[in-house]
Amino acid sequence: MTADTSSRTSPLAAWADRLAGLAPALTVVERPFLTQLTVRASDPDAVAALGAALGVAFPADPCTFTRGDGPFGDVEVLWLGPDEFLVVARSDLDPRVPVEEALRTALGSARGAVVDTSAQRTTVALAGPHVRDVLAHGCAVDLHPSAAPTGTCVQTLLARAGVILQVVDAEAGVFTVLVRSSFAEYLAAWLSDACVEYLAGVS
Amino acid sequence: MQLIPCPWCGPREETEFHYGGQAHVAYPQDPAALTDEAWARYVFFRDNPSGPFAERWSHSAGCRRWFNAVRDTRTYDLLAVYDAGEPMPDLGERDEVVS
Repeated sequence: MTADTSSRTSPLAAWADRLAGLAPALTVVERPFLTQLTVRASDPDAVAALGAALGVAFPADPCTFTRGDGPFGDVEVLWLGPDEFLVVARSDLDPRVPVEEALRTALGSARGAVVDTSAQRTTVALAGPHVRDVLAHGCAVDLHPSAAPTGTCVQTLLARAGVILQVVDAEAGVFTVLVRSSFAEYLAAWLSDACVEYLAGVS
Repeated sequence: MQLIPCPWCGPREETEFHYGGQAHVAYPQDPAALTDEAWARYVFFRDNPSGPFAERWSHSAGCRRWFNAVRDTRTYDLLAVYDAGEPMPDLGERDEVVS
């Protein structure tokens, strides 16, 4: 018997039901298979050209992300370091317009790199009235809207697992967590456990 | 928990960082010309002051960038943070290093 390699399985596919059971205290939805590209470039002109090709300006400030609509649809650019960015685009991009090639062309002869890292991380969307309480169980970063406004993007440890945490909407309490695929099930198990005290019917 | 001010990410928990030992230990100009003793001194011998100490740190769970920090080994106060490659800043009127 050969392994089925024709259909892809997301890292949290087996956890969908259990994570859905955390609602309404915490809404956890996996957004699998997003297109992710790690971009390394330090030359300001090259970074501007990359932003122009993408239709979204690259974040100028540390620990922030930008979002916009361009030729590749809804795209986010996350700041990972002074010369390192993560481009996150939707999963169903038309393969005939490769975003990787477009970025590489925009980079031109400038020093840098564009690498497809889509399989490295999976994306988990978090929301709900207790999202900050649950995150505070395992993350020391201050996520109050005054300290982490909309557009904040921090790389930190969540329950000792390395994650990228995006503040999508500070007022409404909407977060996105990018976690390595191999850590995704651990994080899902931790979220389920950390959320127990906020579930309905638990006194 | 101790907070370490990353030059890029701001103050973060100590557990996000990785210690890199003493800063400003220059690689020998001509390593092949060193005697075994001089090489051992370069590889293994480090200062151990009681007081301000320039160290390398890496924000390994965050932006993964190396930087230098001056830490008072008596109080664990981080007195200054500066980029790797820069000289150690003048800390002014502080206690002299007691060895």
